[in-house]
Amino acid sequence: MMSEPIVCFPTCLVDLVGRRLADDVNTVLGAVGFSPIVASGATCCGQPAFNAGHHAQARRVARRTLRRLGDTEGPIVVPSGSCTAMMRRHWVELFHGDRDEILAAAVAKRVREFSEVVDERRRRLSAFEPRLNAVAGYHDSCHMLRELGIIDQPRRLLGYVDGLEVRPLASGERCCGFGGAFSLRYPEVSVAMADDKLADVRESGVDLLVSSDPGCLMQLGSRADRRGDPLRVLHVASVLAEAGVGR
Amino acid sequence: MSRSDDPLVGTGFRDRSRAQLGQPFLRQAIPRATDHTIAALHDRFADVDVAALRERGRRIRAETIRDLDAHLETLVAAFERNGITVHRAADAEAARGRIRSICSAAGARRVVKVKSMATEEIRLNPALAADGLEVVETDLGEYVVHLDDDRPSHIIAPIIHKTRQEVRQSLSRVAGRELPDDTAELTGFARGQLRDAFLSADVGISGANFGVAESGTVVLLTNEGNGRMCTSLPRVHIALMGIERVLPTLDDLAVMLPLLAGSGTGQLLTSYVSMISGPRREGEPDGPEEMHVVLLDNGRRALLGGPFEEALHCIRCGACQNVCPVYRQVGGHAYGWVYGGPIGAVLTPLFRGFDDGGELPQASTLCGACDDICPVKIPLHDLLLKLRRVGGGRAATRRERAAATFWAFLWSSGVGYRASIAVGRLGLTLARVLPARLRRGPVLARWAAGRGLPGRGGRP
Repeated sequence: MMSEPIVCFPTCLVDLVGRRLADDVNTVLGAVGFSPIVASGATCCGQPAFNAGHHAQARRVARRTLRRLGDTEGPIVVPSGSCTAMMRRHWVELFHGDRDEILAAAVAKRVREFSEVVDERRRRLSAFEPRLNAVAGYHDSCHMLRELGIIDQPRRLLGYVDGLEVRPLASGERCCGFGGAFSLRYPEVSVAMADDKLADVRESGVDLLVSSDPGCLMQLGSRADRRGDPLRVLHVASVLAEAGVGR
Repeated sequence: MSRSDDPLVGTGFRDRSRAQLGQPFLRQAIPRATDHTIAALHDRFADVDVAALRERGRRIRAETIRDLDAHLETLVAAFERNGITVHRAADAEAARGRIRSICSAAGARRVVKVKSMATEEIRLNPALAADGLEVVETDLGEYVVHLDDDRPSHIIAPIIHKTRQEVRQSLSRVAGRELPDDTAELTGFARGQLRDAFLSADVGISGANFGVAESGTVVLLTNEGNGRMCTSLPRVHIALMGIERVLPTLDDLAVMLPLLAGSGTGQLLTSYVSMISGPRREGEPDGPEEMHVVLLDNGRRALLGGPFEEALHCIRCGACQNVCPVYRQVGGHAYGWVYGGPIGAVLTPLFRGFDDGGELPQASTLCGACDDICPVKIPLHDLLLKLRRVGGGRAATRRERAAATFWAFLWSSGVGYRASIAVGRLGLTLARVLPARLRRGPVLARWAAGRGLPGRGGRP
């Protein structure tokens, strides 16, 4: 079967701290029949500055990414819930009245979150007989949950992994405390919020925490790390890759 | 209100929140209370098309605020028809002045109060006390706040931050003896105190949950019955009402009452709903001889027609505080003024100015839980974002903007981006191998204060 080219925008955070996650994303996309092409020259969606209220600066960075993505065709896969929300929902606002307004609207429509794309071809996962023995909990990224409403897709993907028990978390939809610059502006509150989440995770008997947002993963993983918590914190793509998808 | 008149507490949200985080009781009490209320809210609305109800609520509020002056005119005319004296106060000082002169004209010595955020907003109690008046708050929580010279930390539950032990100590001071550590005994003692106050007070002061324009009615929701006592026993009743609390019709009230009670406490209706349309009329056996309504602007009118008008839709139910993951950790006092949580982070800079409250919109992770729960669908997340944009002027914002400009310069070019990512990766690698004392830099230090370094094993 011919594999279909698909544009992948790994995001800045993945470039900075998640090179292996980038590989996992490519592996899984390849396994479901895509040949991912990393968007050349795209840097960042502008979210950090946009959320801090600096629209001009956000627009300057986003414009570069927008134009590079505008040179490509077809769906654009983004392995980050909040970046997907930024591009799909807020780019139109950011570029309102701007010379790139039409381009922003067109590119925004093409942006897809990782699990959405893989979910549409989820049946192909079975061929790899994915297996990972763990008790997992899924943490919703706030923006993915509330701005995009992508709730079932990542959970459905985890359901394809044999040996993986997925338990609901009592704290369900509560924020992990990352919030971008918030995590640096108010580190004590941010850490307290992560602890709240991690306490609930421990109570649920979960040893693998899964999410779809590098921000949440970084926040919860780094806090668990500092506490000496044996918890593993992984992106959906990494879970699938570890379970043997694409092997 | 001038800043010296009512300074925000402490130096900034970070300092205030650190103080709150250091209180183990608070860390238990807030999640317990707020989780309980949110569960009650979901129960209450389980069999209702709550999305449709909220949409009706939103429309009523939006249409009313859009045409606020016309509705206020109707309201004032109806109040006056009902024998209520109406006063307009442009700011806190004017409102305090009006209330003080009404009390003075009434020859008042003792004042009883119904819990009211508007009176907290204008810091009424210290002003009345300075006139030699004895002020008694009659909502149990607010009574304790007042005894301790404290401030409420939640819109609906003012002493969410206090233990029963602390309440016992406060009440024991009044009693002049050690009261037992028993809720029934403590409330029994407070009831006795309050009963005397109701019967001997000259003036009763309340807020107003709503003012209904077509009928000229002040609507008060309470659960302790104190509202009814305060507004019917004393000779004079004064209601302080934010100008935005007007509702055009009683039909509108029929939508807003269940939204407010359900969102605030998970109740079908509060135990008492008082609808007061004027002082005692001829032939009536009870009620005050005089009734006054003080309409409070204090920064509200300035929001009309602007990007923050939706902040005026708020009906002060406190649901956004109950779902806020930041409020959950730090409580209301961390916000430094009377309104905490998401709506507080919006209202404080708008009412107090950016010098005072400009930082507060940053005290949110923008998770959006507040948007989902708001009974009138105020886009709080959006308002916080807009306020961050306005943030202007503040020194911190200027510094940050300079940093953002430098960042944008780097990341809008391929070379700049690749170079800064390389530097970032190198920094993280070095930080991992260097001894802790050599890990410097404001960003890294703030991250690493409670967290390991990200990116180990190539995954975030």
